[in-house]
Amino acid sequence: MARLLYGGLNSLLISGAATIFTLIFGTMAGLIAGYFGGITDTVLSRLLDVLWAFPIYLLAISLSIVTIAQGIAIGPIEIQSGSLWLPIIIIGIVYIPYVARPIRGQVLALRHSEFVLAAINLGVPGWRILWRDILPNITTTLIVFVPLMMALNMLTESALSFLSIGVQPPAASWGTIIQDGQALLYTRPLVALVPGLAIAVSVMALNVFGDGLRDALDPRSKVRLGRD
Amino acid sequence: MLYAILRRFGQMLFVMFGISVIVFLIFFATPGADPAARIAGRNASPEVLAAVRHSFGFDQPLYVQYTRMMEKIFVTGDLTSFVNRGWKVVPAVMDSIPVTLSLVFGAAVLWVVVSIIIGIVAAATRDSWLDKLLMALGLLGISMPVYWLGEVMNLITQSRHHDKWVFSWVPPLGYKNFSDDPKGWFLTLVIPWITLAILYIGIYGRVLRAAIIESMQEDYIRTARAKGLSETRILFRHALRTSLIAFVTLFGLDFGALVGGSALLTEVVFGLHGIGKLTYDALQNLDLPMIMATVMYASMFVVVANAVVDFVYILLDPRLRTS
Repeated sequence: MARLLYGGLNSLLISGAATIFTLIFGTMAGLIAGYFGGITDTVLSRLLDVLWAFPIYLLAISLSIVTIAQGIAIGPIEIQSGSLWLPIIIIGIVYIPYVARPIRGQVLALRHSEFVLAAINLGVPGWRILWRDILPNITTTLIVFVPLMMALNMLTESALSFLSIGVQPPAASWGTIIQDGQALLYTRPLVALVPGLAIAVSVMALNVFGDGLRDALDPRSKVRLGRD
Repeated sequence: MLYAILRRFGQMLFVMFGISVIVFLIFFATPGADPAARIAGRNASPEVLAAVRHSFGFDQPLYVQYTRMMEKIFVTGDLTSFVNRGWKVVPAVMDSIPVTLSLVFGAAVLWVVVSIIIGIVAAATRDSWLDKLLMALGLLGISMPVYWLGEVMNLITQSRHHDKWVFSWVPPLGYKNFSDDPKGWFLTLVIPWITLAILYIGIYGRVLRAAIIESMQEDYIRTARAKGLSETRILFRHALRTSLIAFVTLFGLDFGALVGGSALLTEVVFGLHGIGKLTYDALQNLDLPMIMATVMYASMFVVVANAVVDFVYILLDPRLRTS
């Protein structure tokens, strides 16, 4: 029971942090690609296409397996192998195209709206237009993404942990508890059943919340998550 | 038109190339992940490491290793596994394709039929208790982790209620070839089919309901009503038709991804040796040639599915037929 609560903490922590990661980088990529256009857009969009075509679990599993044993060191940033940051970053990376693509589309449309053209003609620098004029216009979309993204991340995290390449012992998450419970499935089924139920209930709550939020804030939006 | 097709084809090749490069770099160039160290084992001496590096060709420049591997997959087809050097990679992939296809195809039939029924019923009885119940069930289907659902299914059919008449027909986990034993093939796959389909029934039912309700507000529906057509006819002949466009798009992408290995979790839980399981095992052993082959195969399916979807889209929606 204590482990269940503790695991839930990690599950929520990872899905929340990964959501923030995805939103920050996805928005950045979408803003830059949509606003500057030209060669920047081509390069970024092709890169996103490649990530998009990648089966999500394959990419996540590949990244996890390589980094899980030794951790990863890029320049001064060093992440230990057992760290919760690994699943956070990995899950964060694989969903970037999900956010970046719709954002790019919106920015493309805003780029030609009158108030942006006016700002450009007044000589306002590009980053300032992005920050002051365009970003406030896409916040609704971003807010709608949060609960849906969290639901998706929670499922992905638990799947990785279930395959024992997500959260590493001694830390636990609902996914790792299900994995531990798999061996006891026929003798003590509750060990695996309860955390799965916890995931299902949390994800469902997030989805309901996300649907409501979308209907309230952005009724015409096409944001839809839940593939795979 | 020909130009558009060629352009699309070029794009497909580019995406596949990009994917292969990324996978290659993930496994060969990630700082701190030395493939030779993995193969040689935990406490290998420097000499052993050097020997492993040389015999597997890790001492060559990256681009040489990359081109050599691609050549072995696509041209000569004689790439061998790192784990067992007598094990040819390409035939191994070919062997597991039918398993995955059987799983995904059966589940797809199930989820398409059921979700179309659910979508239509929910949209027709909009805001009634039936609609709410169906949508709540759909949401539940989306929210359950598929591997967990698989375990629950196993628990019920393999252990707890296996003796009762309802589930006594369920065979032990595994896969039987269709050509050897059609009945066994069907029986072993029924539970995995249902498990995999439940998730997609939830998604597709909800999407179809939303699409039908949206298209019911379009002008041409009002025209059809004004002409005095019956509600049933409007629903089936007018609203459903446009709603299926979103449905078909989604289906193409999901089917491609699943056949490409996304059914991995279902395969692992039910002990089916399909593409997903093959990839997963290869990943765990860091069996790079196998990983490259399965990922190339998977991305091929995803990319082709994307292209087919674009094409079908144009066929279905006359408004897009401009160029």
